[in-house]
Amino acid sequence: MTVVAGESLTAGTLTCSGLSKVWNEGTDREVAALTDIDLGVRAGEFLVVIGPSGCGKSTLLKLFAGLERPTAGGLFHDGKPITGPHVDRSLIFQQPSLYPWLSARDNVAFGLKLQGVARRERRQRADEFLRQVGLREFAAKHPHELSGGMQQRVAIARALCVGANILLMDEPFAALDVQTRFQMQSFLLDIWRGSGKTVVFVTHHIDEAVYLADRVVVLTARPGRVLDSVAIDMPRPRSVIGYEFERHRAHFIDRLRAEVAKAFEEQELVEMLDTRIK
Amino acid sequence: MIDRVAIEPRAPALPRAASAAPSRRRREGWRRLGEAARAGVWWVLSVGIVVALWETAAALNLINPVILPPPHEFIGEIRNQAQFLMPAVGVERTGAHFVALTAIVASVQRVLAGLFLAFVAGILTGTLAFYFGIVRKLTLPTVTLLAPIAPVAWIPLAIVAFGIGDWSAIFVVFVGIYFTLTLATVKAMTNVEPVYLDAARVLGASRIQVMFHVVLPAAIPALFDLVRMNLFGAWMGVLAAEMVGVNTGLGAIVMVGRQMMNMNLTFLGMAMIGLVGFLLDAAFGLVQRRVLWWRRATEL
Repeated sequence: MTVVAGESLTAGTLTCSGLSKVWNEGTDREVAALTDIDLGVRAGEFLVVIGPSGCGKSTLLKLFAGLERPTAGGLFHDGKPITGPHVDRSLIFQQPSLYPWLSARDNVAFGLKLQGVARRERRQRADEFLRQVGLREFAAKHPHELSGGMQQRVAIARALCVGANILLMDEPFAALDVQTRFQMQSFLLDIWRGSGKTVVFVTHHIDEAVYLADRVVVLTARPGRVLDSVAIDMPRPRSVIGYEFERHRAHFIDRLRAEVAKAFEEQELVEMLDTRIK
Repeated sequence: MIDRVAIEPRAPALPRAASAAPSRRRREGWRRLGEAARAGVWWVLSVGIVVALWETAAALNLINPVILPPPHEFIGEIRNQAQFLMPAVGVERTGAHFVALTAIVASVQRVLAGLFLAFVAGILTGTLAFYFGIVRKLTLPTVTLLAPIAPVAWIPLAIVAFGIGDWSAIFVVFVGIYFTLTLATVKAMTNVEPVYLDAARVLGASRIQVMFHVVLPAAIPALFDLVRMNLFGAWMGVLAAEMVGVNTGLGAIVMVGRQMMNMNLTFLGMAMIGLVGFLLDAAFGLVQRRVLWWRRATEL
């Protein structure tokens, strides 16, 4: 992959080195989520992170978002250390995160409101982004009146509206049905293509990873470590059938199978020990 | 190829879509009306059976009408108390303290004033306790001890401290709900979905902004529920205060009936207490639906 000349202009690189995260440190419920992760995300890159459940994928995103502090190692955004959340890096969650008491428009404009942008300008800009995600005519609706896919599109519009250059997406389509999921994937690519935005997308869905990614990073079972990093150089728009797609898919299935088994075994072992203790 | 699937808003997934045919809305209106009518029939039946049994028992001399006057008799009492009970515009407050309309107004005013003050104060204290760890640690133990004291138990103190009048009744309502509401505020705020907080922080919210724009609106529905659940308790508190010492209001009417051995008046008072309490709850439900419109679809 050649790096576009504009990289330094449309900044949006993320790096981490020696990154580790231990939850509940110093208690008897201590869990090592991530161990010694070295990762670099190029500006404008669509990076997908896959791994078995509980391998710390979400933790990685929370660390990049600045919502959590690492136990060891450093995180950098355009070379500057990440010390807390920043509107430039927005996190999109798997579970519904829109505010039920606000209309779609006010949800999208929420970040601007926090910045003290005047009401009229706020609405104008929010409507612009709602149009971009194809929901302009639903501006006055409330989240419970929207389908799951629409809610996620509003959440994406909300992140774009504060001007986030980096989208951190934590299994954003996992709760959607298969049809909607396909639609959302191509919708996301439409938004991303030509925008210069960096995307770090976490999923446990291999097809989704191969379909979306410029590069796929595979994490090991807990504690997560980088197991593999593969560039997907298929031309876009991609087809989900054909030799190339199958080849990548087979590769990741192969890589993941051992890890999933390991995670499963560990889980069983833990449960066995638990019952013993009880 | 899964690419380039047109993203159509999925109409079936959209209740009350902008394009919903007006005929469907009309049909919906009819359905609701039918439901309300059916509920009304059950109401009439339920109350009617009790009244019928009561009247029959009285007619057959199975009960003493002096102690348990049947409904037609105690409702007829309105006629005897006309100068007190019939609402007449421009009539100045007479010397009698149990004038029904002034009594109802007095009781309702006391409940509403007490609830409102408690709501504001409880949320304020609860918010401070949630936001500042030191406030929480200092106040919550005491509040937890005071919360289980029934409103009625505060009446003696209220009368000694505030004398006979509105303020002791208001105080009883206030103190009966304030502590509970303070605890509930802290709990509701602690229970706000973590993802709402994370989403706000990612969008650049400061701690105080998270508090005002997310925690408070997210917690308010639960607090409204609590106030509504405590409405009957507050209502009882006011009436008890009126019976024991405040000497005006609906509670006083019931007591005057007993003192004059006029059970008609007592039962009339009780009927009004029940009816007004019911209407208060209904009105509260209406307000709740207005203020918390976003929950209409799910919980209310």
